[in-house]
Amino acid sequence: MRKFLQPVLAVLVGLGLGLGFTWIAGENPWCVVQILGKSAFGSGYDFGMTLFYTTPLIFTGLAVAVAFQAGLFNIGAEGQLTLGALAAAAVGALFRRLPWPVAPLLAGLAALLTGSVWGAIPGWLRAKRGSHEVINTIMLNFIAAGLASYVTLYLLKNPDTQNPETRAIGRGFLIHQFGMFGGAPVSTALPLAIMAAVLVWILLWQTAIGYEMRAVGQNESAARVAGIDASKIRILAMAMAGGLAGLVGVGEVLGNAGKFRLGFSPEYGFIGIAVALLGRNQPVGVVAAALLFGALHKGTANLDLETEHVTRDVSLILQALIILSVSAEGLWSWMKRRGDS
Amino acid sequence: MTSQLLASTLRVSTPLIFAALGGMFSERSGVVNIALEGMMLVGAFAAAVVTLITHSPWAGSVCGMVAGLAFAALYGLFVIRLRADQIVAGVGINMLAAGLTPFLCKILYDVTGSTPSIPIGERFQTAPIYLGWILVTICFLWLKYTPTGLWVSFAGEHPEALDAAGVRVNRARWIAVLVSGALAGLGGASLSIFLSSSFSRNMTAGRGFMALAALIFGKWRPLPTALACLLFGFADAVQIRLQGVALWGEEPVPVQFIQILPYLVTILVLAGFVGRSRPPKALGTPFQKE
Repeated sequence: MRKFLQPVLAVLVGLGLGLGFTWIAGENPWCVVQILGKSAFGSGYDFGMTLFYTTPLIFTGLAVAVAFQAGLFNIGAEGQLTLGALAAAAVGALFRRLPWPVAPLLAGLAALLTGSVWGAIPGWLRAKRGSHEVINTIMLNFIAAGLASYVTLYLLKNPDTQNPETRAIGRGFLIHQFGMFGGAPVSTALPLAIMAAVLVWILLWQTAIGYEMRAVGQNESAARVAGIDASKIRILAMAMAGGLAGLVGVGEVLGNAGKFRLGFSPEYGFIGIAVALLGRNQPVGVVAAALLFGALHKGTANLDLETEHVTRDVSLILQALIILSVSAEGLWSWMKRRGDS
Repeated sequence: MTSQLLASTLRVSTPLIFAALGGMFSERSGVVNIALEGMMLVGAFAAAVVTLITHSPWAGSVCGMVAGLAFAALYGLFVIRLRADQIVAGVGINMLAAGLTPFLCKILYDVTGSTPSIPIGERFQTAPIYLGWILVTICFLWLKYTPTGLWVSFAGEHPEALDAAGVRVNRARWIAVLVSGALAGLGGASLSIFLSSSFSRNMTAGRGFMALAALIFGKWRPLPTALACLLFGFADAVQIRLQGVALWGEEPVPVQFIQILPYLVTILVLAGFVGRSRPPKALGTPFQKE
């Protein structure tokens, strides 16, 4: 029960405090709630956009959760997804003539592999050189941003526009968009994300290798004594995490933009940390939390226009407050002690 | 050209020096501080607002420090008192700062992008550069020769020993985290009222993390850390200089490779490929008395 109650309470505390901020700013919090709800779920298009934002968050949430189950903190999803998307766009721009089923498969594979490699680097550094993955993934995020900027502006620049984006991918690369969302770019990437969540669950809880991952995550020395190669497991977990983050490129490049746009991600990688945390690093929880954060992201987008005093930055504030209230394990036990006495 | 580059290096490394010194206190005491970025951002915002009101950059930078300190207090509450995960809370603090600053900007000035610009006469010209190096010296002496300085180092290396000596570990960590926030806030202030002429959304642009990188490159020690900031500042200055310049052929120089250099060397140093940088032993572990 507590497992379920705590994230819900954290969301309520975060939302309550966040709405308190909007009240201080001079808005009626109830109106803000109505705007959020209407803008996230009000029409087929709105709900479609919510799902569109949910999709990458499922991938990045899983990318953080998988690493976490193996005892690693992956702050590098942002860099992994950037390079994954870039790789998909590069394949699409360089092999424009490839026909449909082969083309998206190949581009998706490129995204997966590039993300994996970028994830495996900090995994390897942790396993073999002992340097902490948190710092390394932060640094790799900046390096990925620099590389993406170089490739976009120098190697694959779209000559038809001033925007920092790559050339368009071939038509055969575009994946199916569902028609029922009034033009919102909900593509096959969404079922792919849910499938990824199912696969992660199967891998972590139904296979030997998943058992080993969780063993390393829970108690590394015990796992080593039990004969588990912790180094190999760490690298594997980070490669998986990176691959999952890289798949963000499928929805963005093949299912939406048709090219790589610099700065397309509103920090999906960092929101993924909140998603994983709130979802308690379980695939089902991740999908649910991704939907919540997707709805928040879409919902707050209309605040700029529909309110006088608050802006979409409320979404960042809400996310931050939710992260902080989930993070404070001590807060809950402290409140419990107070309640008991 | 050379002297200009040198002056520019000294200028752009100043916010890094403040923030890295801040990070040093926190990390030496055993508290990871990836929240430097957020503390800098609120510092930059508060400094710009107060300078606009009082027309005094000194008042502005004091308020920048206070804002950083306030965020550090919030961070300390979570990671020291409530024993929250330091990375998670750090990410939360950074997001809060990134959201709160444009939010307040909208309330105060009815624009989300940036504050009005501060007239040049009310901004710092060179003072923060000197202040930065004075603080490097003070921090060096403080950590090495004063009791509180030693407590801070012990809280990060051997918290149990410090506790056995009758000094409260968490008190040392509180002091370190608060100092860290004040310095990071000052670093932010030097961005908005020294290097540029206003606060703008997310203006730190990763400098908090670069300060963290300099801290690692400088092996968590004051002088080497300050030198690392200079080096990274130099890379930044060169990069700014070369932007849009065509050195060979017609294509402009790809400055991205210079931009990623500081991050790359940090990874290499931390992994022991180039020298070796070892973090404080108890870094990241909350302290709880048995």
